Amino acid sequence: MNRDFWNAFASNRGALVGLAILVVVVLMAIFADVLYPRSPWSMVTAPFQPPLSDDVLLGSDTLGRDIAAGVVHGSRVSLLIGLISSLVALFIGVTLGALAGYFGGWVDDAIMRFTELFQTIPNFVLAVVLVAIFTPSIYSLVAAIAIVSWPPLARLARGEFLSLRSREFVLAAVTTGQSTPRIILREILPNSLSPIIVAASLTVATAILLESALSFLGLGDPNMMSWGYQIGAARTVLRQAWWMSFFPGIAILITVLAINLVGEGLNDALNPKLARKGRGR
Amino acid sequence: MSTAKQPVLELRNLSVSLPPGGDRPFAVEQVNLRVAAKEILCIVGESGSGKSMVAHAIMGLLPEPHVKVAAGEALLNGENLFTMSRTRQRQVRGVGMGMIFQEPMTALNPLMRVGEQIEEALRLHSDLDGRGRRARVLELLADVGLPNPEDLRRSYPFRLSGGQRQRVMIAIALALEPDLLIADEPTTALDVTTQKQILDLIRKVQAEKGMGVIFITHDFGVVAEIADSVAVMQHGRCVEYARAEQVLNRPEHTYTRELIAAVPHYIEHREDFVREGTALLKADSVRKVFQVGGGFLRRGRELIAADNVSLTIHPGETVGVVGESGSGKSTLGRCIVGLHKADGGRIVFQGTDLVGLSRKAFRPFRKDVQMVFQDPYASLNPRYRVADIISQGPIAFGTPRKKAHERARELLELVGLDASVARRFPHEFSGGQRQRISIARALALDPKLLIADEPVSALDVSVQTQVLDLLDDIRYQLGLAMLFITHDLRVAAQVCDTIAVMQTGRIVELGTCRDVFSNPTHSYTRTLLDAIPGQQWEIPADLRHLRGERARRPREVSR
Repeated sequence: MNRDFWNAFASNRGALVGLAILVVVVLMAIFADVLYPRSPWSMVTAPFQPPLSDDVLLGSDTLGRDIAAGVVHGSRVSLLIGLISSLVALFIGVTLGALAGYFGGWVDDAIMRFTELFQTIPNFVLAVVLVAIFTPSIYSLVAAIAIVSWPPLARLARGEFLSLRSREFVLAAVTTGQSTPRIILREILPNSLSPIIVAASLTVATAILLESALSFLGLGDPNMMSWGYQIGAARTVLRQAWWMSFFPGIAILITVLAINLVGEGLNDALNPKLARKGRGR
Repeated sequence: MSTAKQPVLELRNLSVSLPPGGDRPFAVEQVNLRVAAKEILCIVGESGSGKSMVAHAIMGLLPEPHVKVAAGEALLNGENLFTMSRTRQRQVRGVGMGMIFQEPMTALNPLMRVGEQIEEALRLHSDLDGRGRRARVLELLADVGLPNPEDLRRSYPFRLSGGQRQRVMIAIALALEPDLLIADEPTTALDVTTQKQILDLIRKVQAEKGMGVIFITHDFGVVAEIADSVAVMQHGRCVEYARAEQVLNRPEHTYTRELIAAVPHYIEHREDFVREGTALLKADSVRKVFQVGGGFLRRGRELIAADNVSLTIHPGETVGVVGESGSGKSTLGRCIVGLHKADGGRIVFQGTDLVGLSRKAFRPFRKDVQMVFQDPYASLNPRYRVADIISQGPIAFGTPRKKAHERARELLELVGLDASVARRFPHEFSGGQRQRISIARALALDPKLLIADEPVSALDVSVQTQVLDLLDDIRYQLGLAMLFITHDLRVAAQVCDTIAVMQTGRIVELGTCRDVFSNPTHSYTRTLLDAIPGQQWEIPADLRHLRGERARRPREVSR
């Protein structure tokens, strides 16, 4: 992106803080094996060790596993699922929304009724059902979260396409004989991207929350340590050992907050008002 | 100008400052103006000249603190508006001055009844009781010539047309019988016939109430229609300020002279166009119906946008389609260029009927029929470089990229831009330059017919002339036929050989430019011609010849 964009983004203090936190979380995920080479599932000490004990910085859980190791390794699952399921949701949502908005008429009607079908079922319930049917694994989690998160993106993309479709530069593309896919991909899509990017960044945050909630219910990938799983496993001893759910909880809170801040910063930086003033990009 | 009595409003050395970092430090610089009772002062200028800023400064509507009055005085009946207290300002604003805005569609609160909006000012600034206020509202609505005041008082703004809303705005401004009325381009967004009514209305109420009026406009025709005195503004400075009669007939400043020379007017025409050979395009009872509203499994209301429209365009001919908003003139253009599918009739282009062709079968004809759009700010994709925008058509039709870009540079020079701008993005250009790029894009496919849909209506007068001249030049050079869609008869008069007048989806008159202007047969055409502002005014002869010469030039290159 260009310099103007960066300046506008950087003028939002919160967005910078969010970005910094996000960078830390990403580094944590990348270097998890360096920070904690042993599996987060292995029992390293006595159970119920409070934080700042000898060998476990954030305490140990009911089976003597290191909470800190769990938090660090858990960031991998959270980020992975958050990103991939958002990308999948973005793909489904933008494709359907673009088709509905560009073609209008019965195509629009059909796609939007289909979208409403998904919107009338509560997100979380649908996700639980889908994961339960497909047996919990990282793939079924990504699929389930993507399937429940695309409708808002589809609606947004449809709105953008609907308004851009009748803009004169799009009409000009039609009169100069551009093909329909080219008009959709090269003329309209780049101009509708700003709000979609912002919404997608917030979808990542929701996806992380959804993944945690599913893991909390025991529907996470059984082979991967995740924040939701840690909280779920510790819920029965919440009053005796607060740290077991507190630290993964904080991790979720901070990550989601950071993503929201970045999303807001993107919103400011990509604000379509700038384009309306004739700045263009 | 030198009235003995005290002026209603006097501006002394008014300067309005802009935020630092702009292209100039002052929006308005050292402006001195006076308006006496019963006087109409027109402030004329192009966009960015600071004419609206003067009005906003007087009304206290500047977007402070970014833009503020830097120096000077505005004396309303001898009292300085800039130094008085906030409370006093509010009082004065309601009672002493009234303002009418450009855009009647957004100037009224859509959630309040018309009557309540007029009553609001009365409630704040008069001691009338409820019954008295209601009577006054009815009186005002009748004064501004609105039918059925009693019903209208209870309607919401959405039920009113643009002209009616502007009348309501005038009623609001007049509610407290102010000494000064400020009208900021009040007729720019209106059709020409509505404009005439509103101008008549303003002149009538002004004479009855003996008000001073500041009328801001970019149109010298309107100035000739109503002004007593004229101030011409350029780059924030008042470059000429005198009696209307003098400015209109003996303009002194170069800029004023340029502006007046650029005013579109009927010119004693070049020789009539001689139709030769077969028609390039023949539209035969074209019909287009839109479904308004409606949706899933539900039919909407039908709106007939074009009904039984027939016209022919011969090679090299420019046909003007003139009409007011909603007359179906743009719909006709879009049907021909294939953006809308006509519902009936035939559009025969060089022997092939375009109506009913599939998208694929239509494609070869796209090359031959190209379009120039109205809004140069919306018609160029902001994300592409100029070269890519211009060459998009040829590339889609299989020209190699490199060759198409070379051609784009040639076209840029043809439309009067430098070939080096090909690498830049649209936002780096002004409106007029963008319109040139838009024309270059249309020419890139070597079309035979150019559809120009209001190509100059979004541009300032001086730029308007340049773009019109360019279109005129190009069509001679390339032997193009053109369908020129416009709402402005004066503009049509300058470039068209044949004129079709449209009203509510039908062509009511079709004839040569000369015939339509000198000998209109349909009553609607006469109404349109009558509504052209400033007809009694003749553009000074020494300024006419500038454009007259151009127009009388022989058709040299016509094929």
